[in-house]
Amino acid sequence: MVPTLLAASILIFIIIELPEGDYISNQIAYLRSTGEQSSIEKLLYLRSEFALDRPFWQRYLIWLGAMPGPSGFNGLLQGYWGWSFEHQRPVIEVLGSTLPLTILLNFSSMIFIYAVAFPIGIYSAARQYSWGDHGFTLLGYIGLATPNFLLALLMMYFANRWFGLSIGGLMAPQFIGAPLSLEKVGSILSHLIIPTIVIGTSGTAAMIRRLRANMLGELRRHYVITARAKGMGETALLIKYPLRVAVNPFIADIGNLIPSMVSGSVIVSVVLNLPTVGPVLLSALKSQDQFLSAFILMFISSLTLIGMLISDLLLGLLDPRIRKVGFKFKRSNNQLSSHREDNNGVSPK
Amino acid sequence: MVSPPNNERPNSSPHENEDDYYLSKHPYQPQAKTSLAREQVALASASRWKLVYYRFKKHRLAVFALYTLLLFYLCVPFAEQIAPYSANTRNSDYLYAPPQSIHLFHEGKWQGPFVYPMKASVNLEFMRWDYEIETQKPMHLRFFCRGEPYKYLGTFKLDFHLVCPPENGVFYPLGTDRLGRDLLSGLIHGARLSLTLGLVGVAISMVLGVVLGGLAGYLGGLVDGAIQRLIEILRSLPELPLWMALSAAMPVTWSPIAVYLGLTVILGLLDWPGLARAVRAKIMALKQEDYAKAALYMGASPSRIIFRHLLPGFTSHLIASATLSIPAMILGETALSFLDLGLRRPAVSWGVLLNEAQSISVVVLYPWLMAPMLVVIIVVLAFNFLGDGLRDAADPYHH
Repeated sequence: MVPTLLAASILIFIIIELPEGDYISNQIAYLRSTGEQSSIEKLLYLRSEFALDRPFWQRYLIWLGAMPGPSGFNGLLQGYWGWSFEHQRPVIEVLGSTLPLTILLNFSSMIFIYAVAFPIGIYSAARQYSWGDHGFTLLGYIGLATPNFLLALLMMYFANRWFGLSIGGLMAPQFIGAPLSLEKVGSILSHLIIPTIVIGTSGTAAMIRRLRANMLGELRRHYVITARAKGMGETALLIKYPLRVAVNPFIADIGNLIPSMVSGSVIVSVVLNLPTVGPVLLSALKSQDQFLSAFILMFISSLTLIGMLISDLLLGLLDPRIRKVGFKFKRSNNQLSSHREDNNGVSPK
Repeated sequence: MVSPPNNERPNSSPHENEDDYYLSKHPYQPQAKTSLAREQVALASASRWKLVYYRFKKHRLAVFALYTLLLFYLCVPFAEQIAPYSANTRNSDYLYAPPQSIHLFHEGKWQGPFVYPMKASVNLEFMRWDYEIETQKPMHLRFFCRGEPYKYLGTFKLDFHLVCPPENGVFYPLGTDRLGRDLLSGLIHGARLSLTLGLVGVAISMVLGVVLGGLAGYLGGLVDGAIQRLIEILRSLPELPLWMALSAAMPVTWSPIAVYLGLTVILGLLDWPGLARAVRAKIMALKQEDYAKAALYMGASPSRIIFRHLLPGFTSHLIASATLSIPAMILGETALSFLDLGLRRPAVSWGVLLNEAQSISVVVLYPWLMAPMLVVIIVVLAFNFLGDGLRDAADPYHH
């Protein structure tokens, strides 16, 4: 995980540095064009203060904290997240309140995906080709095909119209700045319903399809026939045997699910005006506020990596085969399951 | 000749009476057996692609999806002819005009397709445009007609259209946007970029995936390890934020064509890991086959073995998974253009059109601006069904 994170940090830094110039040199160019000379001096000083005049690899190492910058070792490794030029504040202050909400939103979407996909997937497999199965399959396809942000817009409108849920933002306006109370928490929770559903939809659709396919594969096995022949009840049979096998890839897929879910949460937050890192990232990218956007990308990637780690641990907990054989087997199992993923087609024989 | 059913014999034993023997009443067809065999021979000797085609044909939903997509792709070469207007033609008399419905009967009499004219008035109370339909005067649509001139392929000056607005009238079957641009024409012209972007992106991702996946699977060892790590890193990063960062890196001064190409490269660059993994697994399995070993012992080079001997074994799989990754690219472009990070006017794509539908007020006041969403959903669904059908048909020797 640590090498992956390191490689991701290099990749992210390269991408962030791709556009020509940086925030301060853009400012300088702007001031020059307007004929203002006085504050250029200050900006040039700032440029050297943030080591923007050094070569690329040095800037990267200083940002990481592996090399002393103008103010000594002061980078990610030391816990300093950088300076936001656009907001004129440290990144930690700009992001402060948005980080917990981002985690909360992704976590609740995750719960939503599992809570919805699990029963529907089992139902669709147990009653294959029934009306319910066809209906859920159709819904799933439409969920996969609808752009997230438009779904957010539509749901916002209909939720307000039909259920009286208020629109956008994190809480009702009267609670902003008010001390924490039960009503405030309730308001926040009711505002989280729509984003959670919207972010969860595409993931849910994919999960249902996968669980259904896994279950169908298991239902044809001999042990199911044996159990049925011995007179076991259908529901008890379903839960006791095939489900336990079919659920493994389901857990392993968290690794595939999390990146797409985090992607979804960024754009949905922009549309719904939620104070997560999404809108901040968008404006930081547009204004070339490089340390801010680099840190947000780093944060999002570490979130996905931590999610993958949790999925690996869970898998070990659930599947005794993995626990016994250890790390090597787990890896190959992971690969198999990710090949079965719908969008990447081609299952190996 | 197989004896037909219901051949009840008159006696329980055939040898009881020598004269009484069984005779089938059905006519004897000497050709019957051979003609059946010929069919079987044809099936058995059919090439792999023919078998794939047979199986694909049975997947009715996929075939339907294919025809739907072909219909949409007609807009790519013939957008100017199909659309009544150009994508950026403004009409300041019809801002936010609602969709006009096409009528056939006027006062109970057959008239052929026509529309009623609309008249705009400002509603100062709600700050919006109100449109009044004047139902006295039907205005006939013109077909195969000469309308707004355009430059086809940038060189030929033409003015032929499939359908034109009535003389001195307008034809907005899907309404107009805030500058009075026809939405239907926008959709048809936007198809050109939206539909090809996915294809070009998938082509890039396929080249990368086949080359890197092939190398990893064939060479194994260090190369495999390095490529596997790279894939792992790329797969663990969330796509959209990376797309956003990369498209934000494109200079604003780029021309629409350059932005378009840049977008395809961005979408393709981040899509190849899935394909590369599949190619790697396939190559690893196939290189153990006798024919691959034979080629190796005859001194064929690695590239010849991979591309000439191994790749044809799973091209159908590749095409199927490529088809399944096109929808993600179409949705990606839509999302980026929606966030102002992708294409911009005067270039028109479905994402650019949806850019107009950014706020809740659009959903409430001008719902027809959401029309591109329906088109996106239809195309993405069609690609998904087509890909599913192709994937089921890809391995004809299975089952």
